[in-house]
Amino acid sequence: MFPKFSLRSMFHGAGGGNDIQWCFSQVKGAVDDDVAEADIISTVEFNHSGELLATGDKGGRVVIFQQEQENKIQSHSRGEYNVYSTFQSHEPEFDYLKSLEIEEKINKIRWLPQKNAAQFLLSTNDKTIKLWKISERDKRPEGYNLKEEDGRYRDPTTVTTLRVPVFRPMDLMVEASPRRIFANAHTYHINSISINSDYETYLSADDLRINLWHLEITDRSFNIVDIKPANMEELTEVITAAEFHPNSCNTFVYSSSKGTIRLCDMRASALCDRHSKLFEEPEDPSNRSFFSEIISSISDVKFSHSGRYMMTRDYLSVKIWDLNMENRPVETYQVHEYLRSKLCSLYENDCIFDKFECCWNGSDSVVMTGSYNNFFRMFDRNTKRDITLEASRENNKPRTVLKPRKVCASGKRKKDEISVDSLDFNKKILHTAWHPKENIIAVATTNNLYIFQDKVN
Amino acid sequence: MSQKQEEENPAEETGEEKQDTQEKEGILPERAEEAKLKAKYPSLGQKPGGSDFLMKRLQKGQKYFDSGDYNMAKAKMKNKQLPSAGPDKSLVTGDHIPTPQDLPQRKSSLVTSKLAG
Repeated sequence: MFPKFSLRSMFHGAGGGNDIQWCFSQVKGAVDDDVAEADIISTVEFNHSGELLATGDKGGRVVIFQQEQENKIQSHSRGEYNVYSTFQSHEPEFDYLKSLEIEEKINKIRWLPQKNAAQFLLSTNDKTIKLWKISERDKRPEGYNLKEEDGRYRDPTTVTTLRVPVFRPMDLMVEASPRRIFANAHTYHINSISINSDYETYLSADDLRINLWHLEITDRSFNIVDIKPANMEELTEVITAAEFHPNSCNTFVYSSSKGTIRLCDMRASALCDRHSKLFEEPEDPSNRSFFSEIISSISDVKFSHSGRYMMTRDYLSVKIWDLNMENRPVETYQVHEYLRSKLCSLYENDCIFDKFECCWNGSDSVVMTGSYNNFFRMFDRNTKRDITLEASRENNKPRTVLKPRKVCASGKRKKDEISVDSLDFNKKILHTAWHPKENIIAVATTNNLYIFQDKVN
Repeated sequence: MSQKQEEENPAEETGEEKQDTQEKEGILPERAEEAKLKAKYPSLGQKPGGSDFLMKRLQKGQKYFDSGDYNMAKAKMKNKQLPSAGPDKSLVTGDHIPTPQDLPQRKSSLVTSKLAG
């Protein structure tokens, strides 16, 4: 037995090893099955306090929900999330010079920690990152001397007395404005953005390069990783995700299509092509198949809140790595192992290339990721118990506890189980997010956003 | 390999790692799937996940406009009536004379997201 390195959760609040009962809370989006492409949700992210929840879609739009203040009288559940702001972040573009269509799809949203009354977030499509300021306006000036209330100018000769304009309350207006546009730094498609713990810089990663930006400077960017080979025919792997360490401002990781993760230290050199650590699980060469490399491709990498661990998601599993141990993960959780005997058809319908994300709960004791048939999975690192739940409108009575689901891999299907062949591979949950402090999760199906909460007694 | 099987949760690493049962069955599920795929597509390359996949991935979004085709088609059409729009709107190369209007219109979503509805 190899010694267990996991850190026992210090906080037994959110998700600390006790069996949580998840209840439906809300669902957002259209009911009809006819999904317009623009409505496909492409990213979901809570802000640092969990009060705001942002979604991005294929149509380039961002919708931000705000948690309402808890109703002291009716403490059945935590506050609901209602629409706070929505805006068009990115527009489609066509690069006529390169014959390249630039999708407006929002690949990632990352929130900045709140410094003043306004909220800031970074949103990115394949090519351009934008810094958005979301601010509230609940007062407006009234009583100008030279202007009427409707804006028309008054004839100065008709003014006989002077008054001091005053601010009067108005209906809350939430405005989103683009404050910075970080463009023209990526030849390939941006897959990740990550804000540094210094809150001044951030990185953006595409298939072959990672750039470092300063939030105030848009006309310059430093390239910190470049894996483009001199001869493109020698290309063997691409960057799939990248993230800054939550506490060490000099450290970041990036994952590859070959299942490796490289940790880099920016103090070592300006160009971090040489990694400080290489995380890779050894593979038995006799087990290798045509699919091995494809299913080992890492689709997401996330540091734990503590910074001690990182989690990677490949096609069939979730792996937890201790940053102090490079040669293998400390924990591996099978998401949907029953798909291993379906790889041929999953390759044919391209599902094998689906990029699932993963996330930690606030205390790093539970991890979550999505699967097919609108199922999502949670793994409790302490109890080693896992659960499969479904995001479906059938369970949409508030405070109804979700029933665990089970997939029958082979043989006799028990009642309430679903067989592998009945799974709907068009219903994929690629994006999930966990509130930083509470047991509230946001789960995105193709075009709907579900919010679940744990049962509050 | 043996270390792997001593991991705390024996339910993990099924399939490939259950060597005893698999050996009895003779074929690993992944290999069986690979055989299926090779039977359907015999020309599939030996080195998977290599250049082919990656190049395809890097070129996502590429729409080909060939100026040669464009000019040839234009020359052919000189004496004939210019077609207003090709039968296949997505075709932007070959005999079809593309115009900016024919390129699949990527209008921005002026409609508010249904999540906000």
